[in-house]
Amino acid sequence: MGSPRYFYNVAGKMIPWFAISFLLTLIAGIYYGLFVAPPDYQQGESYRIMYIHVPAAWMSMFIYIVMAVAGLISLVWRIKITEITIISSASVGASFTFLALVTGSLWGKPMWGTWWVWDARLTSELLLLFLYLGIIALYSAIEDKRVAARAISILALVGVVNIPIIHYSVEWWNTLHQTSSVTMTGKQAMSTSMLIPLLLMGISFKLYYGAVVLMRARAEVLERDRNTRWVRELVEGEMK
Amino acid sequence: MSEFLDMGGYAMYVWPSYGLAFVILVANWVSPLLQRRRVLTDIARKLRREKREQK
Repeated sequence: MGSPRYFYNVAGKMIPWFAISFLLTLIAGIYYGLFVAPPDYQQGESYRIMYIHVPAAWMSMFIYIVMAVAGLISLVWRIKITEITIISSASVGASFTFLALVTGSLWGKPMWGTWWVWDARLTSELLLLFLYLGIIALYSAIEDKRVAARAISILALVGVVNIPIIHYSVEWWNTLHQTSSVTMTGKQAMSTSMLIPLLLMGISFKLYYGAVVLMRARAEVLERDRNTRWVRELVEGEMK
Repeated sequence: MSEFLDMGGYAMYVWPSYGLAFVILVANWVSPLLQRRRVLTDIARKLRREKREQK
């Protein structure tokens, strides 16, 4: 199963399904979020930024956890595909972290009266962005890609301690950022009409990540296996 | 329509958020496609050069 060629073909077949389901959930999520969900009694329409900010923040943590797990597997079993998963996730993870920070700031200005504050939640999320950028820089700095993969695996694992800190920062410290209002267990603090678009957007961003990480991984596999016979045959097939 | 676009006076905060999300989603979608095409053309060029050298 682990052979790059097998992965390249299987991933190729899966990407369209991820893409279609991503688009459908995105359109439904944005339609519900902007047109159906009622305005908030305190924040009015500005809370609609939540439908981008919260899913992006979820993704920034989810993707880093995937990278840390892939890092552990790569360090222990040195499987090529998991190494490729780490670097293929890094830029989309960094993008979602950046998106979460900027949309949070755009939401904070009207609601808190400031673009930025050195709050435990905001600061730990900013640290997460630097971790992502560090992983991208480290990977491109090392010539031998197998060695580079080991290096980013270690960095991803070292940095994973930051994820619970981000998640629980609002409970542990007295933060300006609100505590979590979506729980997997117990009664929801949010009305369902507001919760549905949020969950739709959450699902759609995960499906988006599925498609993008596979697309990046395919490009990485081609680059790594550029001298192998199966890649030559593939290219010759496309050259005709 | 304009009332909708106004977003209750928060248009300046809501629309840039959705706009940036759109830009990021498109950029991260296009970039692996370009990367894959670049790798394929590099390999194709190398193969053509090897074929010429063998003649």
